Amino acid sequence: MTDHETHSYDVLVIGAGGAGLRAAIEASAQGASVGLVCKSLLGKAHTVMAEGGVAAALANVDERDNWQVHFADTMRGGQYVNDWRMAELHAREAPDRVRELEAWGAVFDRTDDGRILQRNFGGHKYPRLAHVGDRTGLELIRTLQDHGIHQGIEVHMECTITRLLTDSSGVSGAFGYERERGRFRVFRAKAIVIATGGFGRAFSVTSNSWEYTGDGAYLALEAGADLMDMEYVQFHPTGMVWPPSVRGILVTEGVRGEGGVLRNSEGRRFMFDDIPELYRAQTADNEEEGWRYTQGDRDARRPPELLTRDHVARCIRREVREGRGSPHGGVFLDIAWIKDRVPGGAEHIKRKLPSMYHQFKQLAGLDITEQPMEVGPTTHYAMGGIRVDADTQSSTVPGLYAAGEAAAGLHGANRLGGNSLSDLLVFGKRAGEHAARFAADQGEPLVEEAQVEAAVAEALEPFARHQTDGSGREGPYQIQFDLQETMQDLVGIVREQAQLEEAIERIRALKERAAVVGASGNREYNPGWHTALDLRGLLAVSAAVARAALLRRESRGAQFREDYPDKDPVLGQTRLLVRRAPDGELEIERTTVPEVPDDLRQVIEENR
Amino acid sequence: MSGDKRVTFRLWRGDATGGNLVDYETEVSEGMVVLDAVHNIQAEAANDLAVRWNCKAGKCGSCSAEVNGMPRLMCMTRLNELPLDAPITLQPMKAFPIQRDLVTDVAWNYGVKKRIRPFKPRPPDAEDGSWRMVQADIDRVQEFRKCIECFLCQDVCHVLREHGKHSEFIGPRFLVYTAALEMHPLDTEDRRAELKDEFGVGYCNITKCCTNGCPEEIKITDNAIIPLKERVVDAFYDPLAGLRALLFGGRHG
Repeated sequence: MTDHETHSYDVLVIGAGGAGLRAAIEASAQGASVGLVCKSLLGKAHTVMAEGGVAAALANVDERDNWQVHFADTMRGGQYVNDWRMAELHAREAPDRVRELEAWGAVFDRTDDGRILQRNFGGHKYPRLAHVGDRTGLELIRTLQDHGIHQGIEVHMECTITRLLTDSSGVSGAFGYERERGRFRVFRAKAIVIATGGFGRAFSVTSNSWEYTGDGAYLALEAGADLMDMEYVQFHPTGMVWPPSVRGILVTEGVRGEGGVLRNSEGRRFMFDDIPELYRAQTADNEEEGWRYTQGDRDARRPPELLTRDHVARCIRREVREGRGSPHGGVFLDIAWIKDRVPGGAEHIKRKLPSMYHQFKQLAGLDITEQPMEVGPTTHYAMGGIRVDADTQSSTVPGLYAAGEAAAGLHGANRLGGNSLSDLLVFGKRAGEHAARFAADQGEPLVEEAQVEAAVAEALEPFARHQTDGSGREGPYQIQFDLQETMQDLVGIVREQAQLEEAIERIRALKERAAVVGASGNREYNPGWHTALDLRGLLAVSAAVARAALLRRESRGAQFREDYPDKDPVLGQTRLLVRRAPDGELEIERTTVPEVPDDLRQVIEENR
Repeated sequence: MSGDKRVTFRLWRGDATGGNLVDYETEVSEGMVVLDAVHNIQAEAANDLAVRWNCKAGKCGSCSAEVNGMPRLMCMTRLNELPLDAPITLQPMKAFPIQRDLVTDVAWNYGVKKRIRPFKPRPPDAEDGSWRMVQADIDRVQEFRKCIECFLCQDVCHVLREHGKHSEFIGPRFLVYTAALEMHPLDTEDRRAELKDEFGVGYCNITKCCTNGCPEEIKITDNAIIPLKERVVDAFYDPLAGLRALLFGGRHG
């Protein structure tokens, strides 16, 4: 028997970003004993990087806003393949979830009459994003963290889960290691909430932090759960492109919300050149109207810079491809031009976008109040993930729940900015609540020693291979680099059959290399070892993305196929599920996108 | 900095039982930050080099270390700010126990935060459970809430770093945290007694090392600590109150 610490909880939450923290708080409020496991220190999760805001139809700035408009915007942005029920719950409940944060100490920017201020964002009809300058994610995670630490939740920081444990009736726990000493931990749990975020680290240009290695999707897949919508990976249109070492770091959409414009090397606002039919009626057709919109003119329509992220990203790519890009392969994003149009000039920009000012000043030596930024698309968000029930967030495995980016459905084929922070609040709460209820009906789970022993052996394999001759000579980093390059080049913003097929082949070859990867050193805080273990998830998730993208022979939202540039009505009704087949390979099942009921169809029609 | 060049990094390697500085050479190119170089070394020469980091964008506050003796976020320190002809020395923060290489045990900070009484708002102003606050009244609190908890202020504070008063003094980070609560327009809690007795606000002698090192440019000393000291003085050391107590009896803190 291997030495390990064992902890028992009613509900174990894996991941301590916004969704995990919100789930843990709720499960605890329901009376469950709760363990919260996170890969990093508390408060450092990827939520901290969210900038622009949290979308909720509070109607503080424009009283015409309500949940119906938010619902319709979310469905349109997702190209109508969203899970309508999730979109409905999200739009209805987001305002309460935001107000609740204020009760827990959050300090959002204010309107003149002292209410929560809301800003414009891509795809949202009215100013809807509650925000704190351009550091909303920090405010959100810190509020949840500072509230959560007083709710009796046991937190296991810097602890990585490598396996879920199951018994005949569903999940029974999880196995992992803590980073400091590399000691193993077994968590017995009646219910588990996965809130591990996405998998941007499968790509070389990404806004995501190192933690985003697809752990949740992988753990769920191995435990027998379904993934879905894996082909829909969001490329945010504006990441930094220069200098090379910061390529991919996010430049908030808030820059465009505050009046920033995109220009090509000829100085042209190219976003006016291609406005999709779906959005024509609500998009400004001249620069002046677009400017008025950003400054709160309620009769103006939004500028094309605030079209959905999938579209803006492809337009930028087109400009660069056709030789009208900026010196370092992006386009220009100019906020400095508004200086002459707003009181306060440069100071106004610094107050509205302090992090952006700071980020460019420090990392690129550029003053955004004086010069345009260079920006280009960066891998940002996974719309796909674990398939869940809309109301309860339960996966297809009993006792296993998922919330936030790790879960699929809400965003369909493309997520609107601001809908991620609201997603993790609404569905984090729901997952915590239902996991606790489920746990209340369960007896003590049985953890099979054999499963623990197998998990121990698997975790130690990289060391064993390194120490024996023959295999284990290769460390994990080059394999990860090669995977990132493969995904970036072949499964990126524009896809095509031959490239996807090649990607699938390459991932298969990388999997063979990863099967004999070695780790040097010992178990104490050893990133080489950690990366070796992370490869399993990265490779499985990458394979799922490439395979689903290959099967979806159409272009919809974030999935753009050069060989199938149009929407296909049949595929528009088709959802792709990925699961682990008995032979260990991934299998894909086609199901139907659930039909929107008449009353909500009506809401969509009324908001066309 | 023009063109790629090879630069020596002198990294502290070891664990709680001891360690030493080890030289690694790696190629640096335009725009690189210290953390990039550490990652290169990790991938090329030292797979097991321990370093804590997350966002690499100055937002999470994980990669705090001492770069040529200065407290910095490695992800926000560009190499062209440093003299590259001599080795660049990278060491872990000194105010916390070593875990391994560049990683320190910062758990103490999390324990301290738990000891501070949480936010307790007044009843909502509106029926929907919301409040009204004027922007001007929250500007200061928002400044404090910019804190990314990198703990560099704790690292450079003499009271912790040189004198090791971790059991009597909560350090600049948590004075800022307490200030954000105390100055929150909705908060109804009073933390002045703890500030004086348990949190050790009196230990700060206003040398402003924390303020100078803060990557978020929070005016820690001027805007948070000094006003807290004043509140404590008002509550417990008011001479008029003392005189009243002397003449008529009653409390004198």
